[in-house]
Amino acid sequence: MKAETLAALQDARAKRRAVALATRLSDAAEALIYRDEAKGDLAGDQAIVSAARRAMDIGKSETVDIGGAKIFLNVYVPPPRLIIVGAVHIAQSLAPMAAMLEFDVTVVDPRGAWATTQRFPGVRVIRDWADEAFQEMGLDVSTAVVTLTHDPKLDDPALESALKSDVFYIGALGSKLTHAKRKERRAQAGITDEMFARIHGPIGLNIGARSPAEIAVSILGQIIEVRARRLEALAAPKVAAA
Amino acid sequence: MSDALEVLDQVGKWKASGKGVAVATVITTWGSSPRPVGSQLGVDDAGNMVGSVSGGCIEGAVVKEALDAIKDGKPRLLDFGVTDEQAWDVGLACGGKVQVFVEKVN
Repeated sequence: MKAETLAALQDARAKRRAVALATRLSDAAEALIYRDEAKGDLAGDQAIVSAARRAMDIGKSETVDIGGAKIFLNVYVPPPRLIIVGAVHIAQSLAPMAAMLEFDVTVVDPRGAWATTQRFPGVRVIRDWADEAFQEMGLDVSTAVVTLTHDPKLDDPALESALKSDVFYIGALGSKLTHAKRKERRAQAGITDEMFARIHGPIGLNIGARSPAEIAVSILGQIIEVRARRLEALAAPKVAAA
Repeated sequence: MSDALEVLDQVGKWKASGKGVAVATVITTWGSSPRPVGSQLGVDDAGNMVGSVSGGCIEGAVVKEALDAIKDGKPRLLDFGVTDEQAWDVGLACGGKVQVFVEKVN
């Protein structure tokens, strides 16, 4: 491995940029393959580049045989990120549980009394409106967004921004009635039914959760499920068109 | 932070301080092996380790090869089979096999 390669891997992590390192096992020749570019000794080999991008999609490192050479594809994808909108009681259970599941957790709430590091030790807390915060953070396909405030002023702009991005999960706390009202408001804001259907609401798996911690478990159960099914679908062999 | 990136961070620090460094990576596994493909072990020229490529049973052998790789600069492909009996002794799931690639950081 070249020292520049090492530096590039660290840089990609800091920028939450997915990258795969392809290494030819016979001589350690390598290439760094991103979604939009490829660099290094092996970057000109299209078969290697495509295999690396596929491995990135499913988030799985593997050794492949390409043109008689063994190539190891080591995939470095950013850790899944959970953005919690609303520094409320449920968030206080959800944030540490999600961190335990190796999510990179951020809590967003413009209300100073709620968004304190004292209420969320060890968690990144942003005291701002969600749509502003999202713009700065950049929503990506490995991000999940959860709204917990119950307050349309705070939840709606967050949901609207999330729906316009390719985050893998959107969930909104609230009863069926609240969710139906939310749907009416969104129709006025130009969000189609199809777009709105991406929101999991009422949020979480139906496990009869009552306490904040139980609700946090039901939300995380659903996020884990959605993420796993998505990766399974991506990993499934493509059926050839008849 | 994921383990692999923690390893690369430490390897980067060793390299920056002028040490000879090698990285070992699990590239293939068969059966029930303790660490998944992509798991890494960083080794410096004094034999210090960061990360892991097994539950501890092959690290000794990997470090030895890593020190050789730091000296001669040649990459190495190592095969380890863990027999049921050995696995029992070291407390691993039985019957796992792993292949480890070792290379110097240039």
